[in-house]
Amino acid sequence: MIKRVLAWVDERTGLGRFAEAFLFQNLPGGSRWRYSWGTLLLYVFFLQAVTGFFLWTAYSPSTQTAWESIHFIQNEMTGGWLLRGLHHFGAQAFVVVLVLHLLQMVIYGVYRAPREVNFWLVLLLLPLAIAMSATGWLLPYDQHGFWASRVPIGIMGVTPVIGPWLQKIAMGGSSVGHHTLTHFLALHAGLLPLIVALVLGGHYYLNRKHGFADAPKDCGCPDEPYFPAQFLKDAAACLAVLIVLLGFVLVPLWQNPGAAPGVHLGAPADPSEQYSAARPEWFMLFLFQFLKYFPGGTEVWGAMVIPGLVMTVLALMPFVAKWKHGHRFNVLFIGVLAVGALTLTRIALVQDSKDETYLTAKEHDRRSAERMRQLVSERGIPPSGGAALLRDDPFTQGPKLFAKNCASCHRFDGHDGTGRMPLNTYTVRAGDTWESIAEYRFTKPEQLRDLNKSLGGRALKPGDQVTVYARPWAPDLKGFATREWLAGLMDPARVDGPRFFGGTKFKDGKMVKWVKKNCTSEKAGDLKKVIAALSAEARLKSQAGPDKADAELIKQGRALITGDFACTDCHSFGKKDPDATAPDLTGYGSRAWLLRFISNPNHADFYGKRNDRMPAFADKKILDAKQLGLLTDWLRGEWYVPPKNGTK
Amino acid sequence: MQKDPATPGAAASPPARREFLKQGCAACLAVAAVGTPAAVGTRVFLDPLTRLKTVENFVKVTTLDTLPEDGTPVQFPVLADRRDAWTKFTQVPIGAVFLQRQAKDKLLALSVVCPHAGCFVDYVEEQQGFLCPCHNSLFLKDGGLKDEQSPSPRPLDTLEVQVRNRNEVWVRFQDFQLGVTEKKPVA
Repeated sequence: MIKRVLAWVDERTGLGRFAEAFLFQNLPGGSRWRYSWGTLLLYVFFLQAVTGFFLWTAYSPSTQTAWESIHFIQNEMTGGWLLRGLHHFGAQAFVVVLVLHLLQMVIYGVYRAPREVNFWLVLLLLPLAIAMSATGWLLPYDQHGFWASRVPIGIMGVTPVIGPWLQKIAMGGSSVGHHTLTHFLALHAGLLPLIVALVLGGHYYLNRKHGFADAPKDCGCPDEPYFPAQFLKDAAACLAVLIVLLGFVLVPLWQNPGAAPGVHLGAPADPSEQYSAARPEWFMLFLFQFLKYFPGGTEVWGAMVIPGLVMTVLALMPFVAKWKHGHRFNVLFIGVLAVGALTLTRIALVQDSKDETYLTAKEHDRRSAERMRQLVSERGIPPSGGAALLRDDPFTQGPKLFAKNCASCHRFDGHDGTGRMPLNTYTVRAGDTWESIAEYRFTKPEQLRDLNKSLGGRALKPGDQVTVYARPWAPDLKGFATREWLAGLMDPARVDGPRFFGGTKFKDGKMVKWVKKNCTSEKAGDLKKVIAALSAEARLKSQAGPDKADAELIKQGRALITGDFACTDCHSFGKKDPDATAPDLTGYGSRAWLLRFISNPNHADFYGKRNDRMPAFADKKILDAKQLGLLTDWLRGEWYVPPKNGTK
Repeated sequence: MQKDPATPGAAASPPARREFLKQGCAACLAVAAVGTPAAVGTRVFLDPLTRLKTVENFVKVTTLDTLPEDGTPVQFPVLADRRDAWTKFTQVPIGAVFLQRQAKDKLLALSVVCPHAGCFVDYVEEQQGFLCPCHNSLFLKDGGLKDEQSPSPRPLDTLEVQVRNRNEVWVRFQDFQLGVTEKKPVA
């Protein structure tokens, strides 16, 4: 019965005869591992098509949904991280297999007649693979994808004559946006795979038509049919590749069970948020490095002319091989290319591993990505997209706002909020020494010498340009209004130091004098109460516990503020004192107090006319209400913190 | 086509002509059938080429107070309304700009985009200049090319800047073509 059905089908379609010819094709000289490359390439493409299709079913190409849908695939959908991981590493495997296949064809001379077209088809896959990869980066629309794809898009623009048009068509407008994503998806999931499939199909068909290779001479190996010997080798090779890919996805998970599974998804793309670690995929790093050697205006040589010439030489290989030493030349040429590409890749990697900016940007990206995961799990993604979550997050924005607006005078734990030390250049005047310059900036002479290694530690001459840590002109705000911070302020040894009033005009002011006179060790017990009472005014989240526990202490402290300590001689506390000359202590350090203070320190409730140099950030419209809120919340340590054990 | 080229004139000629006509018609019909949908699609695909970009207006970026007196460049995001295909965004970051004081009231606005391949440049205090993190182009503090060997074909692009109402800094934010020696706005 089954035989009759098969015969019926075969008679009408020829499928049976085709399958038989296909499976039992005779291989002169028997099966060989190196005949598996073509099948392997086909297999990786199949893997990409399958994983890509299923990614596509859950992907949404627009600037507000691209990152968001990938985040959902990766973190919410069952097995999504595995799917994305396989697709990610599969893309790299395709390139690796392709290049090895090409090398193999050249080394064994498998491009000779009648296999020229076969060889060209494999060559054609090189630019196609690059195009697949370059269109694929952008799709997750994270910082890395966004910034890394700017470069190929930019390079497209230097194409002679049609460059600008080409660029505009690719982007679907004059800047990266919705249509860039829709275009790239249509190319990445539609047109390019279709072309690759046709080329691969053609390659495989010709492979079978001409046989995998000429029968090896004087080997004495017997012929074998394709099935089962070669089939087995092919299947084993495919499975080996699959295992390697699974390893890449799964091993990190096993090494680091707490981390987010799957390949890295950065923070959502933000055109105003710099990402200084934009690099292409590792297999294209050599092209990236190559471009560095082309000075301005000659880029088109590095990006197009030379790669074009190399491709031409490769394409002519079958003809070159006809000359006496042609084949040797070809092998030498491709060898030089391979060594050159590896060398360039190595240089690029070594340069990056020493590049401070690159490493900082990488680290920053890792942290923002982690932060995004926390915020998304806490708040969910709003319709305007995930980027808004980061823009409204004090933990992310606070340090940046501080660095830009406050760090020219204030410090945060000694740095500018983001971990950098603000630097200045200083022109040495007569009489300056390392020691005097260092002292003025509250730093040590050794630190200054370290910053200026080029001077070799020699004595300074007037006119020398030295790099110096900027002098802090105002208090360090790390832990502002906490008990520790106030204890420092009311410490005679520290009050006029760099962390408090040392850089301000209040260095010799009333408060400093009062602290030096009154905050003596005999009064330590009472001082503790005053500090607890004042700090409780801030209602800091981090101090909620102690504030509650020490209610009695705080009550006594409040009495001392108005009583023995006589803070109210200058400050208001509890009720408004129209004669107060120093900042109001009612609600000191609370959100409302700090917001008002930053908005306008010149207000009579704060420093009034005696304000040193602090700008009125709201009244002068330096910061808007949202930025002020973010900065205030960050200074007070108010941001979403994920529960310690609740992470997946 | 002609069975007997030696046969002169009228008898053989009409079928040959008819044959040619037939072939021509077949080709035309095929091209029309295949080409029409393709042409319609292509025209839509090329839409970005003929879509005129809205003229950029001046955008308020910051206030004078925020710029250091010592002339150190500071980077600011540029917020503006932007139309991206079907979405109208209000007040979103469309890019960033470096502002610096060249004198008390003389400002210089530089685009942060490296004219080489479009990465954002960083200001490096120690070098007193800008460095592109992608292909290491170096620029002077005023945006000029520091090094002839830099991959960038031209200095950093300056942007028009105005001070309005005494304290507000307004910048005319534009994108320029990358990779060419001449500074040309992206149309």
